[in-house]
Amino acid sequence: MLPGTLKILKTFVAVMVFLTLILGVATAFASTEALTLSQEPTSDVAWWVWPLALFVFTFVLGIVAVLGGVGGGVLYVPIVSGFFPFHLDFVRATGLLVALSTALAAGPGLLKRNLASLRLSMPMALIASAAAIGGAMIGLALPTNIVQTLLGATIIGIVFILLLAKKSDFPIVPKPDALSSALGIMGIYREESLGKDIEWHVHRTPQALFLFIIIGVMAGMFGLGAGWANVPVLNLLMGAPLKVSVASSVFLLSITDTAAAWVFINKGAVLPLMVVPSVIGVMLGSRIGVKILATAKPKVIKWMVIGLLFVSGLRALLKGLGIWN
Amino acid sequence: MNDDKPKASEEQLAYAGLLGNGAWTGLGILVITFIIYVSGLLPNVVDFNKLQSLWKLRAADYIHETGAPVGWGWASLLNNGDMLNFIGVAVLAGVTMACYLRVVPIFIRKKDTTYLIIALLEVCVLLLAASGILTAGGH
Repeated sequence: MLPGTLKILKTFVAVMVFLTLILGVATAFASTEALTLSQEPTSDVAWWVWPLALFVFTFVLGIVAVLGGVGGGVLYVPIVSGFFPFHLDFVRATGLLVALSTALAAGPGLLKRNLASLRLSMPMALIASAAAIGGAMIGLALPTNIVQTLLGATIIGIVFILLLAKKSDFPIVPKPDALSSALGIMGIYREESLGKDIEWHVHRTPQALFLFIIIGVMAGMFGLGAGWANVPVLNLLMGAPLKVSVASSVFLLSITDTAAAWVFINKGAVLPLMVVPSVIGVMLGSRIGVKILATAKPKVIKWMVIGLLFVSGLRALLKGLGIWN
Repeated sequence: MNDDKPKASEEQLAYAGLLGNGAWTGLGILVITFIIYVSGLLPNVVDFNKLQSLWKLRAADYIHETGAPVGWGWASLLNNGDMLNFIGVAVLAGVTMACYLRVVPIFIRKKDTTYLIIALLEVCVLLLAASGILTAGGH
């Protein structure tokens, strides 16, 4: 076996063992909690164990999310709702705030470097944020098992998108469409890897606007960051360069998730004991993840993230269907 | 040194500046208020030890059981440690609206009517969401 392959295998096994341990501990705590609750109203587990467990978990999540090239929110909601004792309402609200915080922290840098485009994002954000409010309201009104089942199906769908969707660094846009021309959606950014400026414009704007209605509803309903959907629409459908698509997607999240987050805040679905450790954990983890990214093997981690998403999606699906509680 | 890299537009830089300040202010407040919360310096609306049996409930049932506030009700209970955390949450959730308001005068000056309308509509959407007018039924 090649030394490089062996190293990758070792990294993969180590990370998997670590994640399994965390999920195992969380599940064990959850089981203890459920057992205790069925006997008496209070738990033997000290209250501070859960925020601490969330902090440790989200710290690792932040690292893994960066290395795997996905947003924290998309991993947070299925895993925490599947393996921690919190109700899905609180998990979705926290997932939104986690995705929102990371997007808010990253947004300014991306805008200043002209990678995220305000002109591209604003029309999409208007549609997506209005839809996200509707999604959040639907999600809070539907029975939990239905939302959990839909969440599981969505996460498994995301796994297939991650597996099948191709990305294009510089998609060919033969001619900008009439709407994007009227809105002036175009830009120029410095591609450091090539050492030159890249001019870009987009097409198929009406179709993209329609898809952002669906993306917004799903982001609000499930509390997921929607980078997994934003990027393919901006990059593959509209033809924005990959870097512009990824950066604008992050910026878009800051607007879409804001709208949905307010609905959850106003419904009393925000628990500070969940939100703060999760937000801080993911943000610290992301910073470490960015540093590790320089030397890590992102491909291995990406496969691991896909596997983790599939397991947690399956867990959510089976939990929603009442098969695995 | 002459930096000939493509520059972001005026409105984009203005938006980014306010977004950065707002995001880090919100996160800072979140950390400080959380420390106050867990240190037990202030009383809480919902006791720590009761939380464990309550966070399994739907949000609507949790509110019913605890009498915790909905909407902007937390703003009148800031003498409680748990409610104090909502200041940071509100700043994080409010900074985008402030950024949109920040770019409105720039669009007016540039006579960019389309984006002015988009910005104002987005403010309306976010105001509607933040207002608490929109409520959903619970199960």
